[in-house]
Amino acid sequence: MKIALGPLLYYWPRQSTLAFYADMADAPVDVVYLGETVCSRRHELRLPDWLEVAEILTAAGKEVVLSSQVLVESESDLKTLRRIVANGSFRVEANDMGAVRLLSSGDAPARNWIAGPTLNIFNPTTLSLFADLGATRWVAPPEMSRDQIRALRDGLGHNMEVEIFAHGRLPLAYSARCFTARHYNLQKDTCEFRCLQFADGIPLKTREGAPFLTLNGIQTQSAQVHTLLGDLPAVCAEGVDLLRVSPQGQHTLEILQIFRQALDGLIPPADALHEALPLLPAEPCNGFWHGRPGVDQHIPA
Amino acid sequence: MTSPRPIELVCPAGSLPALKTAIDHGADCVYLGFKDATNARNFSGLNFDDKAMAEGIRYAHDRGRKVLLALNTYPQTDNWQRWTGAVDRAATFGIDAVILADPGLMAYARKTHPDLRLHLSVQGSATSYDAINFYYEHFGISRAVLPRVLSLAQVEQVIANTPVEIEVFGFGGLCVMVEGRCALSAYATGESPNCDGACSPGKHVRWEQTPKGMETRLNGILIDRFADGERAGYPTLCKGRFEVGDETYYAIEEPTSLNTLELLPELARIGVRAIKIEGRQRSPAYVAQVTQVWRAAIDRVLAGGQPFRIEQAWMAELNKVSEGQSHTLGAYYRPWK
Repeated sequence: MKIALGPLLYYWPRQSTLAFYADMADAPVDVVYLGETVCSRRHELRLPDWLEVAEILTAAGKEVVLSSQVLVESESDLKTLRRIVANGSFRVEANDMGAVRLLSSGDAPARNWIAGPTLNIFNPTTLSLFADLGATRWVAPPEMSRDQIRALRDGLGHNMEVEIFAHGRLPLAYSARCFTARHYNLQKDTCEFRCLQFADGIPLKTREGAPFLTLNGIQTQSAQVHTLLGDLPAVCAEGVDLLRVSPQGQHTLEILQIFRQALDGLIPPADALHEALPLLPAEPCNGFWHGRPGVDQHIPA
Repeated sequence: MTSPRPIELVCPAGSLPALKTAIDHGADCVYLGFKDATNARNFSGLNFDDKAMAEGIRYAHDRGRKVLLALNTYPQTDNWQRWTGAVDRAATFGIDAVILADPGLMAYARKTHPDLRLHLSVQGSATSYDAINFYYEHFGISRAVLPRVLSLAQVEQVIANTPVEIEVFGFGGLCVMVEGRCALSAYATGESPNCDGACSPGKHVRWEQTPKGMETRLNGILIDRFADGERAGYPTLCKGRFEVGDETYYAIEEPTSLNTLELLPELARIGVRAIKIEGRQRSPAYVAQVTQVWRAAIDRVLAGGQPFRIEQAWMAELNKVSEGQSHTLGAYYRPWK
């Protein structure tokens, strides 16, 4: 079982971002997804910077993947997408159908790209179609349950690596609107890059003070931290190939270490979850894996 | 200036009476769904069984109008046959086009029913011409419905770079999130627009009068609380009031409707081929009012001549049936973002 570090969903200052990935060179992680997937206004690192980080991590023995932006709106978004697809060195995670088109057409279509979690691939017919177009890894939509993932895998006639979202606040929704700018009564075009102040996004609570969601620019995340640390035996039994850990403001390295130790049988799963709890920015949840509301924290009987 | 190309008015039909009302008030097309999770308005009491479907299609076709079938949710492995079965039924009924989101289902429809016209649903989340052209090249889609995220200039850019007809939302309930890219309802209730055809479903809703006011909950999660005299809205979870920092406000979106009537001449000029009215869950009375106003407005634009003028009565009619009695231009208006 490989551990993958998902793309950084937040907007951190340049030095923090570079320091974070410098740490990842020595972290127990096999695959690192890089690039800005949420907001085209985020420029602390531009594509050449990401490519430099990619070289460093590759030299450290990591498999590096460049992730494309989820919501593509402007011609300038498309230009960035084309540059990512044509990078020539690294595999690409396609996060919208425009990326799929660019990867799978032209003179030299890519034969080993990654079908990202926002492509809405929910059945084997659809996944086979992407396999025929060159996808060799599928990241399941976070809302899919264990049973649904198993059924899809069983029905698939192709070799395909399966990656699931195993740890982090769930990326639940994307919008043309920026909710961080809205919170500050700013317009998106003049947002003053307020996201830089929030390493884990902005907490949103119900009117009775219960944590519910997290505002992260145009993305809305769960407040609770989805983690499958307590479900690892079942996860392993499904034959999943990669577990995605989503970067959090602090303690990502420790989380990765706990995952690795638990997968290697050095700590029992219940202890792994227990050890991780003080390192999370909020309470845990795992409902989606169990076919329940995502917010639920479910401990199977 | 070249004269604008014809624009189709595409109206919602949650029931046979709504379908007839839409046709009678000037819809060029109606769109509808079967009574199950194969469409994104899977609400009890809505949609069409086979008998109503046959009668609806006959009613529309007798009057030279079209019927589009929404099969725009994403099938899972274990229910795949229900969706392909729905495509087969659509073809048998003589539906004018099916509105699909799932690429696998599109491939099935193209292969099994080569003459069936395919539209890409808004649930496909295709926001660029590259994304739309992907569906065109692989499945031969004729039309794409754009998510409510682009500015006018961006819509124009899409139209200039694709052979696919473009349909946009003109009026109705506003999804603030990119359609097809929202799992908020799944997170709160376990049921999602993508897979179950439902957002914030009624069976999870609780209304409760408390000393603090009328509270609306979704699967136990407090979505909003209303003081006496405040109009308590349905707890669609992105349209509640929440606490962020020290403030309590509509952190995601107010209860409001999209209304792009004033943009109609621009939409026509850039080559939008169809305007969609949201609201299959709404009453025939809503369908009548909205269809009538948009028919008049589109006819005025298509007639050309004098500068387009919006009747005050039109806006008044539309505001009456808007969520929260207010409207917005949504993403067409940059400050909204």
